[in-house]
Amino acid sequence: MRFVKRDNVDNFFRIKVKIISIVLAFLIMSIFLFALNINPLDAFFGMVKGAFGSPLRIRQTTIKTVPLIITSLGILIAFKMKFWNIGGEGQILIGAFGASIFALFYNNFNRPVLLALMALSSLVFGGLYALIAAFLKLYFRTNETIVTLMLNYIALKFITYLQYGPWKDKKALGFPKIANFPDNALLPSFFGVNIGWVIAVICLILVYIFMNHTKKGYEISIIGESINTARYAGINIKAVTLLCVFLSGALCGLTGFIQSSGVNGTLSVEISGGVGFTSIIIAYLSSLKEPFILIVSILFAALLQGSSYIETSLKIPNSAALILQSLILFCILASEIFTSYRLKIKR
Amino acid sequence: MTSFLHATVIAGTPLLLSTLGEILNEKAGNLNLGVEGMMLMGAVAGFLAAKGTNNAFLAVLCGLLFGCIGAFIYAFLTVTLRTNQTVTGLTLTIFGSGVSSFVGQNLSGQVVPDRVKYFLTPIRLPLLGKIPFLGNIFFNQDILVYISYILVFVIAVYFYKTRAGLNLKAVGDNPYAADAASINVALYKYINIIAGGALCGLSGGYLSLVYVPAWQNNITAGRGWIAVALVIFAAWNPYKALLGAYLFGGLDIIGFRIQDGFVSKYFLDMLPYIVTIIVLTFFSFKRSKKNSPPKSLGVSYFREER
Repeated sequence: MRFVKRDNVDNFFRIKVKIISIVLAFLIMSIFLFALNINPLDAFFGMVKGAFGSPLRIRQTTIKTVPLIITSLGILIAFKMKFWNIGGEGQILIGAFGASIFALFYNNFNRPVLLALMALSSLVFGGLYALIAAFLKLYFRTNETIVTLMLNYIALKFITYLQYGPWKDKKALGFPKIANFPDNALLPSFFGVNIGWVIAVICLILVYIFMNHTKKGYEISIIGESINTARYAGINIKAVTLLCVFLSGALCGLTGFIQSSGVNGTLSVEISGGVGFTSIIIAYLSSLKEPFILIVSILFAALLQGSSYIETSLKIPNSAALILQSLILFCILASEIFTSYRLKIKR
Repeated sequence: MTSFLHATVIAGTPLLLSTLGEILNEKAGNLNLGVEGMMLMGAVAGFLAAKGTNNAFLAVLCGLLFGCIGAFIYAFLTVTLRTNQTVTGLTLTIFGSGVSSFVGQNLSGQVVPDRVKYFLTPIRLPLLGKIPFLGNIFFNQDILVYISYILVFVIAVYFYKTRAGLNLKAVGDNPYAADAASINVALYKYINIIAGGALCGLSGGYLSLVYVPAWQNNITAGRGWIAVALVIFAAWNPYKALLGAYLFGGLDIIGFRIQDGFVSKYFLDMLPYIVTIIVLTFFSFKRSKKNSPPKSLGVSYFREER
């Protein structure tokens, strides 16, 4: 048995293989659910119903789509350069922290100004936090995967510290939470959902233009393809790396702003809720192409929303979504070889 | 002081086991970022088996086995299907944490049965245990700690004194040359990745059965990633892995012992992760030829493209 290279592979074939592998992931998940005495069909239909069954649930799904789109775009920018930023979780938290500084302590502005300041602060904080890893990689050759991951835990512990320590709300009767944001620090709604979704669409368009139609975006792709080519072409690798990673972290930080101001109304350790990790999967599944991010994000939001629905209706733990997510990615990863190779069985 | 160092060895043992596991992976040329996931699978399986069978041996074995299962998925994808190692490893981590919190949903706060605990309590070794100071620290421990000492030694012998170890080095450095010398590259990769997974599963089992010993969601709390970083600290050497693991075990204990005083203990919780970054940076910077990673680390091997 061996693999033989395929010659001409069209996009239609690629998509076909991806769909087959997603179906395969659902089949494996079914076996898993069967083993636990749960009817998989109930679970999957429950998920669809929970995600799209009523206008309210569709709104909930939209709310869950927004952070996935923005964070995935951030991850995409870094992954294009083969900079493995898996620090989305931490950058979201630190971005939310940046927004909270204004929301909690410098909030004597009218709503648009305050929100703009919070957004800006979240971009800067998220971006700078990611830059730590870029800086260490550039100057000390430190592995960015591990650094960004450690930064996740540091951010998590830092927000925990704030929540239990200096920022603990005195009015919460000893309950460890941070004070709610004032009204002028909350994102307004638009068509029944906080305007984060508008921001997400704008980000999608901007990132698309940046990556595909600007010189810097092109340089990022070149570095990702081959660092030697980039060097030969006279690209300033350090400058582009720093810019790329800053933008990546800034977008994740912006997610923190939207989650804290538009969804939770305050800062808490739960604000990132696994979005940083899910987005890695989404970016990868989208083959690092911006338009696909939109579609895949909606599907994953539906998966998340649907599984939190069946958690109450069918008593299936929420983590089922996590397992299904990773199974989908496993199957897609496994299928990739078949898009460029053919299996040949020798007799 | 003795009790502090005694606790340090216990806290360092899960780190040591998973670091050794990752070293096996990386020596075979595969950067497996799924350590955290395999540990979680091992932890939940070990705990469930302890609850179900009341048998310490079966519990430990079960933890080990589930680490192997995780590693097998990884090996199949990266070795046979040549998937991207970074993404596959990350997915394995997500998978493992999903499986462990799915299965462990209703176990939160439950403790390990006494009978299992009894078998995993410290045993003072006859002669070595009598050594003043050191005896108390190193030779008054539970059986898994002793196994971890033996593993360090066995793995070092395997790497540096056997033909198989030499072949493994060839596979990790240059699989094309190894293949040409009729070494079965895929077989070496599979065996070492799965053995590494066994150690990670054991490490997870140690956390849920001995170190905590109860179930809590996300019981590993990032230790798998510290282990990945420790591999670089240890420069792929099992003896240095022992040193690094105990160093970080000590950090874990410091955060645990200091109660609210001059600095908040919530603040101190960040310490191990910050130190990991510093140590990692230092060792990446002064990386010499001798301390360099296997040359094909992270690169898939396509025999067809030889």
